[in-house]
Amino acid sequence: MVVPILKQGHYLIATIPTALTDADLQDLRDGLVAEVGLYRSRGVVVDITALDVMDSFAVRTVRDIAHMTRLRGAETVIVGIQPEVAFSMVELGLTLEDVNTALDLEEGLALLDRKRKRIVKEGEARGP
Amino acid sequence: MRAHRSQARDEPSRPPSAHPRTGRRVAESRAGPPAGASTGVLLRELVAHLRQGRTQLRDEWVQRIIEARLLTAMSRDEIFAEATSVYDNYLDALETGTLEALQAYARSLSERIIPRGVETHEVVGIVLLLRDVLARSLFAKYQADFQMLNRVLDAYEPAANRIAITVAVGFVQERERVIREQQEAIGELSTPVLPVRERLLILPIIGLIDAQRARQLTEQLLRAVRANRAKVVVIDITGVPAMDSNVANHLVRTVDASRLLGAMVIVTGLSPEIAQTLVKLGLDLSKMNTVGDLQGGIEEAERLLGYQVVSLPEEKS
Repeated sequence: MVVPILKQGHYLIATIPTALTDADLQDLRDGLVAEVGLYRSRGVVVDITALDVMDSFAVRTVRDIAHMTRLRGAETVIVGIQPEVAFSMVELGLTLEDVNTALDLEEGLALLDRKRKRIVKEGEARGP
Repeated sequence: MRAHRSQARDEPSRPPSAHPRTGRRVAESRAGPPAGASTGVLLRELVAHLRQGRTQLRDEWVQRIIEARLLTAMSRDEIFAEATSVYDNYLDALETGTLEALQAYARSLSERIIPRGVETHEVVGIVLLLRDVLARSLFAKYQADFQMLNRVLDAYEPAANRIAITVAVGFVQERERVIREQQEAIGELSTPVLPVRERLLILPIIGLIDAQRARQLTEQLLRAVRANRAKVVVIDITGVPAMDSNVANHLVRTVDASRLLGAMVIVTGLSPEIAQTLVKLGLDLSKMNTVGDLQGGIEEAERLLGYQVVSLPEEKS
């Protein structure tokens, strides 16, 4: 199954609709990393509301997406982690320490907006 | 004596009641006893004997209960009333050999006396006393005939033991049921998740946390975060007297899980003892955001949410 990647302004949004195979997840990762460059996006939102299980491979892939897109200039936010999923992830030691997370799509976009503003401000402060 | 035998069989499920059964002896002899029921015959015979001496034996029993300082939570009259109905139920159980009625009675007795603070040893104690009082009466009656006394005791002892066990088990089960109910009630009461401002939740924890309660807390917190779209959660553990490494680890995991849902957790009110325990356990608490007290925690949370509290200028009068 191919996960559609939607372009929304400066951001890319990928909503995972159902449990994915490992190959699908890798396709999603490759697609996002490629399109971030293609559209010069500043942020990525991966919505996993529909997932009620996150295995270690899925978590690692999500973390890879975040790290890879950051290297290409875009922050990634994971949104919509279910309470049960969150707790079982933590039980497994998969805490996504260095990845942004938010409650839902709206929150995720707000988080990206705040991050961008901060970067812009810092840029102005550094300016001549 | 024979008249009793058939009657007992005819009404095996007589309801437990406190009435002396005086009118029963008048009845009939319809069927003969089945062969080989010598234990039953004996039991019935001695039950009839014990019923005859009911008033005297019961009074002796009550006297001994009071002397032994059992059931101190109850008045003499109450002890007397309970003793009367226990006595009759005891004899019924001896006579019929069925324990259902006695079980039901033991349950209702436990329901009545547990709230009064009656202890397990007291309940077991009075039943054993009754057993003793009745056995002595049998000794007195059959002391002339040693053979007969042996047979009577052979019949009496197992039945009496069964009764004692039934009453004790009934009491303990009732107790455990009460404890279970209370645990459930505490479990439901003890984990309120309170929204205090938009997107700010407070979770005050009071009392000891065990593994089960910790799990329940986490579950409720994560659900509440989702339901209230919370951004900041203040967990206040002022009311927690102590914490072991399991619970501390659980707390850290709760913080991590909340972060995955996009909520920040601030822990407030760590007592000096808990602070020492956590440091001594060598837990990595660097991820945990802690503030001294609940007030500070709420202020910090408001700052994170972008609120600012200002006092209004005094109104001009």
